[in-house]
Amino acid sequence: MSRRERLAEDDSYREWKGGYRSYDILKEASIAFGVILALAVVLTILFSSPDEKPSTVQSWARTDPVDFVTTATTELDGSSDTGGYGPPYNHASEGQHILFIRPQKWLGVSHPVNTAQDFVLAPLRSITSQPALQAAVSAYESASPAQQAKWTTAYENALAKANATADNTAISLPPGDYGPLPTMMTGLLGFAQSGGLDGALLTSKQFYQTDYTKPLLFMADGGVLSNRAQAEHLLGGQWGMMNETGSYPGQVWLWLYTFWYQIKPFSTSANADILVMAIMGVLSLALILVPFIPGVRDIPRWIPIYKLIWREHYRSLRT
Amino acid sequence: MSVSEHEPPAAEREPGSWSGAVREWAVRTLPPEKALPDKQPSYVASWIYVFGVLSLSSLAVIILSGTILALKGPGWWHFTGIGHFFNSIHLWSVELFFFVMVIHLWGKYFMAAWRGGRKGVWITGAVTFLVAIPCALTGYVSQQNFDAQWISTQAKDAMNAAGIGSFFNLLNFGQMYSYHILLLPAAVVAIVAGHVLLVRKHGVVPPFEVPAATSPAGREGSGPSDGRKVSS
Repeated sequence: MSRRERLAEDDSYREWKGGYRSYDILKEASIAFGVILALAVVLTILFSSPDEKPSTVQSWARTDPVDFVTTATTELDGSSDTGGYGPPYNHASEGQHILFIRPQKWLGVSHPVNTAQDFVLAPLRSITSQPALQAAVSAYESASPAQQAKWTTAYENALAKANATADNTAISLPPGDYGPLPTMMTGLLGFAQSGGLDGALLTSKQFYQTDYTKPLLFMADGGVLSNRAQAEHLLGGQWGMMNETGSYPGQVWLWLYTFWYQIKPFSTSANADILVMAIMGVLSLALILVPFIPGVRDIPRWIPIYKLIWREHYRSLRT
Repeated sequence: MSVSEHEPPAAEREPGSWSGAVREWAVRTLPPEKALPDKQPSYVASWIYVFGVLSLSSLAVIILSGTILALKGPGWWHFTGIGHFFNSIHLWSVELFFFVMVIHLWGKYFMAAWRGGRKGVWITGAVTFLVAIPCALTGYVSQQNFDAQWISTQAKDAMNAAGIGSFFNLLNFGQMYSYHILLLPAAVVAIVAGHVLLVRKHGVVPPFEVPAATSPAGREGSGPSDGRKVSS
């Protein structure tokens, strides 16, 4: 079909020259609203909605002190996920990219996070009532970077063999040269278990707080969230993006988005997120532009579902 | 402005009046009988047509239940039974919204509903679907429960990788709540309003004219008189 013929055919669909039947748009809308409202109420009565209590730094430190201290130590030496994240949190890396396209780097550090200062040192400095703890922090801060790394590495290796005490209020490690770290981490663990660290991580220049970036990044670096997520089938490898806690339907409409994460090269790529975002961006644009894409716009003619939809119309033509 | 003893007929307007010009344009573009019709083309006779108005109805229930939740504040539904009830209504109406909207979208795709100058109708519909996704996402991360913690910390990576995270921080509850209860719903409602007005203006897309040789009408020997046929 030539372009002119196509335009002529398209133009012929502008106005309907055939018959009409009676219709009441407001009545239809009212009935539809009633049906949806009734369905929503019935589903609510039958299934309610999920509301799993949030994790807190306090609950994390109390239930899994070894994981808490291990995570805090990686925050201190910058080896945590957040510590090496790059923009928008820090300059530790350039972030993900596709070829020369590096939006993460280009948009820069907009939510600065210094994991050592924000998650460990500053909260410890706020505990002014413990001189020994303050002395330990000073000793750590005044040590050379090489010495700091030596302590944290030794401490992290020892944490792999650490155990929590029976009441989970402390951890025990094999003897070693950890410098001031045992004192610092004991202080931080106690602070976290008392609930103080939850507040300290939220503290900013103002009284009211709505930004949970720091406590969420800290918790996400540990196992407190991912362990719960795994049990609820919410991990990426479990198609978690479209799942919900319990057996509730989640964001099912994200099925295609999460699909890409299940297959190679995305499932193993360090740039998976930007690759998937790019693919979904292109597909989203294609969805918007369906009427302009040859082939895609012609499928409805090739797969004649329209004959089912308009069967009454075609039947009426016969009679 | 001149003062007359009698009001002018509705069709007339004062020369140079912006209001009158806009009114005339609006009535010319979408006359009342098209805006609020009491008749439909005879071919509009399939259950698939119901899913458009069901999508609108779901959106209305979402907005109503969301308004009640907003009136009481973001923490209310966690510690009251009535709050949890309205949160459940909100959740299920969102699930219903996406369910019926996707069926509506597929139905319109297989009708090639962009034909006859209706490309804008398709585009606004597709954009509604795409804007509704972050609208829902911001709701999920505004829940203040474990779900919100997990979704926000996971979804941040995609946002950050695309550069969006620098100005759209999923971990900032205050920002996400603003997006969820005002900015994105306003965008969805505005686009849906444009979509509905375009539907009313252009009407529902007519059926494909099937080829005379294979159409039921053709077999009866009385095919389409204008010779239109299905082809690519």
